Amino acid sequence: MAYYQNIFSEVQVRPVTPELGIPLPSGKHRWGKPFNSYLIGLFGNSQVGPIYIGYLGALSFACGLIAFEIIGLNMWASVNWDPVQFVRQLPWLALEPPRPQYGLRVLPPLAEGGWWLIAGFFLTASVLLWWLRLFRRAKALGLGYHVPWAFASAIWLFLVLGFIRPVLMGSWSEAVPFGIFPHLDWTAAFSLRYGNLFYNPFHMLSIVFLYGSTLLFAMHGGTILAVSRFGGEREIDQIVDRGTATERAALFWRWTMGFNATMESIHRWAWWFAVLTTLTGGIGILLTGTVVDNWYLWAVKHGVAPAYPQVYGPIVDPLSQPGGTP
Amino acid sequence: MKTFFVVLGASIAFFLTIAMFGTSGWERPPLTTTQNGFRGTGMDQVHTRAEVAEIRDANVAPAPADPAEEGGELAGQTYENVKVLSGLTTNEFNRLMVSMTEWVAPEQGCTYCHNTENMADDSLYQKRVARRMLQMTQHINSDWKANHVGGTGVTCYTCHRGQPVPANIWFTNPGPNHTSGFVSRNNGQNMAAPSVGLASLPYDSLTEYLADKSIDNNAIRVNATTALPTSKGKPIQDAEKTYGLMIHMSEGLGVNCTFCHNTRAISNWQQSTPQRTTAWHGIRMVRDINGNFMEPLTSTFPRNRLGVLGDVPKVNCTTCHNGQNKPLNGAHVVDAYPELTKVTVADVVKTPAPAPDTPPAETPPAVPAAPQP
Repeated sequence: MAYYQNIFSEVQVRPVTPELGIPLPSGKHRWGKPFNSYLIGLFGNSQVGPIYIGYLGALSFACGLIAFEIIGLNMWASVNWDPVQFVRQLPWLALEPPRPQYGLRVLPPLAEGGWWLIAGFFLTASVLLWWLRLFRRAKALGLGYHVPWAFASAIWLFLVLGFIRPVLMGSWSEAVPFGIFPHLDWTAAFSLRYGNLFYNPFHMLSIVFLYGSTLLFAMHGGTILAVSRFGGEREIDQIVDRGTATERAALFWRWTMGFNATMESIHRWAWWFAVLTTLTGGIGILLTGTVVDNWYLWAVKHGVAPAYPQVYGPIVDPLSQPGGTP
Repeated sequence: MKTFFVVLGASIAFFLTIAMFGTSGWERPPLTTTQNGFRGTGMDQVHTRAEVAEIRDANVAPAPADPAEEGGELAGQTYENVKVLSGLTTNEFNRLMVSMTEWVAPEQGCTYCHNTENMADDSLYQKRVARRMLQMTQHINSDWKANHVGGTGVTCYTCHRGQPVPANIWFTNPGPNHTSGFVSRNNGQNMAAPSVGLASLPYDSLTEYLADKSIDNNAIRVNATTALPTSKGKPIQDAEKTYGLMIHMSEGLGVNCTFCHNTRAISNWQQSTPQRTTAWHGIRMVRDINGNFMEPLTSTFPRNRLGVLGDVPKVNCTTCHNGQNKPLNGAHVVDAYPELTKVTVADVVKTPAPAPDTPPAETPPAVPAAPQP
């Protein structure tokens, strides 16, 4: 009864022999002995493993590990190798990019941002290799490339922030530090430096797609769970073979908002919203500092930012007053 | 198995909820909001009533001493070695000395500064510092009256609050004692520093922006003044330093960003509040105090009063404000002490003083120099 109203997945399928998937060409193998876990089955498929590693996976993991170690060890060193302080201050610690005076130098001294560049190189290599791995696994399974291209959109934003924009600005110092709070403070300072990122139209679009993604996610997930008592979880079949679940779901939305997605289009909506979040975000970051220096003034120039009535008498910059320079 | 996980999950959620209530610095309603900008711009100050009452009660100005009897000899004639207050009558002089003791050293008494065998003796460093601080107070109340302190003025108590060393002073922060070599520098940030409200922002932006009298007036400004780039702008790291300073001001004054700024255009003056102008002059005042009054006292202070780098204790916004946008609830503390409102030792030097609101033709008042102790 009412199993679809649970927070966790209620149905766990456990085949007698674990599912191994299609056979691999000779000389290749999948790693790990498969097993079933009740706990993992609450969230996803209860079967864990085997995993296909391959040379791309191994290289990607190795590069990622190198970057992780460089960042982590530099953070630990910054508290003089004190394990207690390392744990206590971890959210505050960071590996900072080179200072502005080093410009785009390929390898400044290690202590002056050299480590940051090395870590960034390995992290980027890791991410790109992982993308290639996704692409090749999708191909091996005969899938479309929707997931790799969506991941590529996220990589685009990552590359803009850490590589493309700094190169265009002529300085690695424009890039983001590796750290938990430091990258958040960097983000706030970035917006402050460039006159309020909220007036950046691509930032606006990115927010629309980000929040829109969460809305679509909730609407779709909710709809499918709600019609699962009528077989709604067979949504892909129902793209062409609509049954009562699809029709009830469609009616629900048509009655409440006059319009409804289809079992096919909702997935396209979701995919595009997710992909456009980072795609437009990346464009917005790329334009900041390179072609627009102050987004508020840009918005005033183009009639985006409204003018408010003055509440106080005229307030003028003390430096602009005659005799205002102490 | 299933029941076990349900119980486990529920108890974890329960304890996390308890922990969240106990650790996150929640503020209990009722809240009070004060609007200080055009509606819809979010220019509001939000406080809890309890917090407002607590801060108000913690910042009560002491009652002024009874007025001195009129007439009598001048202090400069009665006492030896009176350099700053020699124009006061002996009664006025003694009244101020008693008040100063209450403001600064109520437990230690006269002997904190004076050798009681010979009150004119300058051997205690505290006395030499106090003399300079008297001049500083007069300078603040006269030369910074128009632009920053207004009619409220300051007395010793504004900063000292009954303590020989004010609670909110600061030293240059050289950062953690670093292992050298090829370990990455921290760029002067990424510590949970109280000076920037425990953010990971640069922890020593006070030195950068407040420590010296000759700091470039444009140092704090990081925004471009044109929509499109016209020249190489300031790096984001500078914006982080400015952000750090602004966090300090916000914490020191117990206000949020919108007390001075319309945050949609932080750098824009037309949309700011008048308080921003006051604060702008306040920054210059702090630089003036640190550069012209504190810094020259470096050799007067004993080593244990100096910072790790041997630098003098310095003032910032919190030193006077102590969490209020008007120190001591805005009480006009100098009204009862007119001797603190004018510079009595008119001497030499040197730095051109605060930006006057008055026409440029007027000569700016000079900062008095220290009489050599």
